[in-house]
Amino acid sequence: MSYKAKFRVWRGEGGEGKLEDFTVEVNEGEVVLDIIHRLQATQAPDLAVRWNCKAGKCGSCSMEINGKPRLGCMTRMSTFEEDETITVTPMRTFPVIKDLVTDVSFNYDKARQIPSFTPPADVKPGEYRMKQVDVERSQEFRKCIECFMCNNVCHVIRDHDENKPNFAGPRFLMRIAELDMHPYDVADRKDIAQDEHGLGYCNITKCCTEVCPEHIKITDNALIPMKERVVDRRYDPLVWLGNKIFKRSDSKTR
Amino acid sequence: MEIERHEYDVVVIGAGGAGLRAAIEARQQGKKTAIVCKSLFGKAHTVMAEGGAAAAMGNVNPNDNWQVHFRDTMRGGKFLNNWRMAELHAMEAPDRVWELEAWGALFDRTKDGKISQRNFGGHEYPRLAHVGDRTGLELIRTLQQRVVALQQEDYAVHGDYEAYIKVFAECTITRLMKDGDAIAGAFGYWRENGSLIAFDAPAVVLATGGIGKSYVVTSNSWEYTGDGHALALLAGAKLINMEFIQFHPTGMVWPPSVRGILVTESVRGDGGVLRNSEGKRFMFDYIPEVFKDKYATTEEEADRWYTDQAGNRRPPELLPRDEVARAINAEVKAGRGSPQGGVFLDVSTRLPAEEIRRRLPSMHHQFKELADVDITTEPMQVGPTCHYIMGGVEVDADTGAASVPGLFAAGEVSGGMHGSNRLGGNSLSDLLVFGRRAGAGAASYVDDLARRPKASEATLTEARNEALAPLERAGENPYEVHHELQRTMNDLVGIIRKADEVAEAMEAVEKLKERARGVGAAGTRIYNPGWHLCLDLRNMLLVSECVARAALIRQESRGGHTRDDFPGMSPEWRRRLLVCSATDDGDTVTVEEQFQPSMRADLIALFDRDELSKYLTDEELAEYDAAVAAVAAVKE
Ligand SMILES: Cc1cc2nc3c(=O)[nH]c(=O)nc-3n(C[C@H](O)[C@H](O)[C@H](O)COP(=O)(O)OP(=O)(O)OC[C@H]3O[C@@H](n4cnc5c(N)ncnc54)[C@H](O)[C@@H]3O)c2cc1C
Ligand code: SF4
Ligand code: SF4
Ligand code: FES
Repeated sequence: MSYKAKFRVWRGEGGEGKLEDFTVEVNEGEVVLDIIHRLQATQAPDLAVRWNCKAGKCGSCSMEINGKPRLGCMTRMSTFEEDETITVTPMRTFPVIKDLVTDVSFNYDKARQIPSFTPPADVKPGEYRMKQVDVERSQEFRKCIECFMCNNVCHVIRDHDENKPNFAGPRFLMRIAELDMHPYDVADRKDIAQDEHGLGYCNITKCCTEVCPEHIKITDNALIPMKERVVDRRYDPLVWLGNKIFKRSDSKTR
Repeated sequence: MEIERHEYDVVVIGAGGAGLRAAIEARQQGKKTAIVCKSLFGKAHTVMAEGGAAAAMGNVNPNDNWQVHFRDTMRGGKFLNNWRMAELHAMEAPDRVWELEAWGALFDRTKDGKISQRNFGGHEYPRLAHVGDRTGLELIRTLQQRVVALQQEDYAVHGDYEAYIKVFAECTITRLMKDGDAIAGAFGYWRENGSLIAFDAPAVVLATGGIGKSYVVTSNSWEYTGDGHALALLAGAKLINMEFIQFHPTGMVWPPSVRGILVTESVRGDGGVLRNSEGKRFMFDYIPEVFKDKYATTEEEADRWYTDQAGNRRPPELLPRDEVARAINAEVKAGRGSPQGGVFLDVSTRLPAEEIRRRLPSMHHQFKELADVDITTEPMQVGPTCHYIMGGVEVDADTGAASVPGLFAAGEVSGGMHGSNRLGGNSLSDLLVFGRRAGAGAASYVDDLARRPKASEATLTEARNEALAPLERAGENPYEVHHELQRTMNDLVGIIRKADEVAEAMEAVEKLKERARGVGAAGTRIYNPGWHLCLDLRNMLLVSECVARAALIRQESRGGHTRDDFPGMSPEWRRRLLVCSATDDGDTVTVEEQFQPSMRADLIALFDRDELSKYLTDEELAEYDAAVAAVAAVKE
């Protein structure tokens, strides 16, 4: 069942590098990450790659396979032809540290700039009461495994470092939406979404949604509704206030 | 060569549930805290936990309370547990789960808006707080976001996010540093560029997780090389219960490259059943004597239980993990296995497809993507996989303190809480309860210090030389040594053990230790996995030696330790704990027996005499009678 596959893997550190060719054994049922590991074990012991769970749960093994952002551990070799050359490169939007490993600190910096969950001061732990339907929207966004492939693919920053300071990327705009839709969050998040995190840059191309390994509908369920909330808010702040109060008492009593 | 130096009050090694909860506590108590971890922030092993966190909140069945949870935990661990830890765990788990909710966690809900709870093996009532089958992700993300919230508070006050709590991600600790007897800090390297780093700190909390990478078939990731276990040993602390390893009954068996990856127990909790190649639900044949009254004996009763738990006994598929794993092993050995060498786990004939997708989304996804199996229409094939180590650093239950002053441990790296076998869901709650306690323990240790210990230059130089050695020699490929260790442990100290095989493993480990001294790494210090593996080998070998030695000494079968040549459970052995220690070069490991203290009167009185008589010696039963009399007297 096994065959020899042709791989081209980006090798290099600190801004310089090139594609290197390998011929490597592939067995039934294997995924791209297995092949990278086989290269490490047999031909290139210092080949750098991130991984943890090997089951699509941790979001460590993001890479670009034939130019498409993918999780290495969830990309089966059987999806390629046996004679096809498979090109594996690091995520393009983030600076390369070495080989397939990139510096993703951009994402952690953005995460830190978004005001945290802000519950009302008078609700104690253990007293939270929420309906399943009311938590489901935010729960969808909390499925995010922080693979950062959506941020990697978004054209606003993909080849535009200059936009990075003003744009949190789909992952963290979605985080704002998640908190805004949390039944107990009382912070006002509309203005910062627009003014500090660049929601306005997003022109709903849905590229982020397409690459999300968790199949989160980032654009339809987070970004567009968030844009609508911003617009509503800008027309009529009272609408926002009313919504917020209604939402909480609603979920408590119903 | 330059060594980057940092000064902290508390250094937490590990950013899983236990480490993050410990760090949050230390910072909340005003301590300057560092979190060090091998992978990126938010990627620790905890992220993989699926089923849920056990906490007797009583949201689904109001009869649940901490006493019932305590009893289940002791039973699951076959009464070898540190009972004080089991008590604290059962009492405090609900508060720890509710606290997560106040930090933004969104658990699945009951109809009346509370946190929903699901059934799991060994738990008498529905008890696991969960979010679909991605509870670990919710837990780690919430704690990660809590750390960020604290950093935001510090930013508002000090203008610096990292003034009081900082994450050092992709940084591996290779040695703990001491000043005399006491901890003085930790030493390690940045994975990214290979430069060296030392932390000067009077208190270190180990929260490094488990050891599964010493086995071929495992649900564990590359991080699980037993680092914390080894660091503790080398610093003079003790490990207990190292012979007890949990083989989860249901790991994937096909395709080979994903062999071992976990299939969550929720599949069974939600109705999935195990069948052999003859289509038989074989678990009914494997209900052990001690559990006879608690499990259904017919399929009809078992099936009724899913809708009426008060009137029926639970299905035997939900027996504790060690029982189910051994049963699957036996079926496969008897030639009744599935085509790929496991057994069938079927949920497709038990629940509507829509319901399966809703309740078990990540299992559905995992099988579809990795094995081309649609679990809504066909059964899965599963078999045992090395999953969790019950053994670990011996700690004080209340504070998480190890025997070395300044050293603390929490989570999977600590030992005692789960006895000889851990119940599903009891780890996530353990991380929260004892993570918090270890963080608090470390903070108060720092408060009481008269003088801050300081590591000597010689200590630093030694640590540096040890870390760089593999780069300086052109030795054997470390991957070969690692593979051989994995095969040895899997084949010879696996789920069923025999004296001669374990002895053979010990010899093999001894030889591998010798080879490990000569392994070398090609390439530079920049993100070099070959070099990293050279350093991890020391830890895996040390831990494997402890496991093998203890497994050879314990002449009985209990929980995660099954001896083919001693199949019975012995009350005499229940009173004895095996304690490992090592010399500071790791060359010699010693195992000693230690007496297990008697359970406190009010706790032992929570059990029936009948049940206890299956576990305890006559002498202990006499203590039990006295305890019951005393408790009754107090009540009057
Ligand atoms: C697939 C799977 C599913 C599970 N499901 C459940 C479940 O449903 N319920 C449940 O209760 N339990 C479950 N468990 C068990 C549970 O997830 C683990 O026991 C628990 O997460 C361990 O947490 P921890 O905080 O101790 O360590 P981890 O989360 O593993 O974190 C260890 C940390 O230590 C760091 N580290 C290790 N060595 C070093 C070093 N040398 N230097 C620096 N940092 C280091 C790592 O980088 C990591 O950050 C599951 C386990 C697996 C594998
Ligand atoms: S939808 Fe918006 S956020 Fe997503 S990729 Fe397109 S522009 Fe970027
Ligand atoms: S939203 Fe999806 S693509 Fe983006 S980081 Fe999260 S999991 Fe990855
Ligand atoms: S290794 Fe975890 S997502 Fe691929």
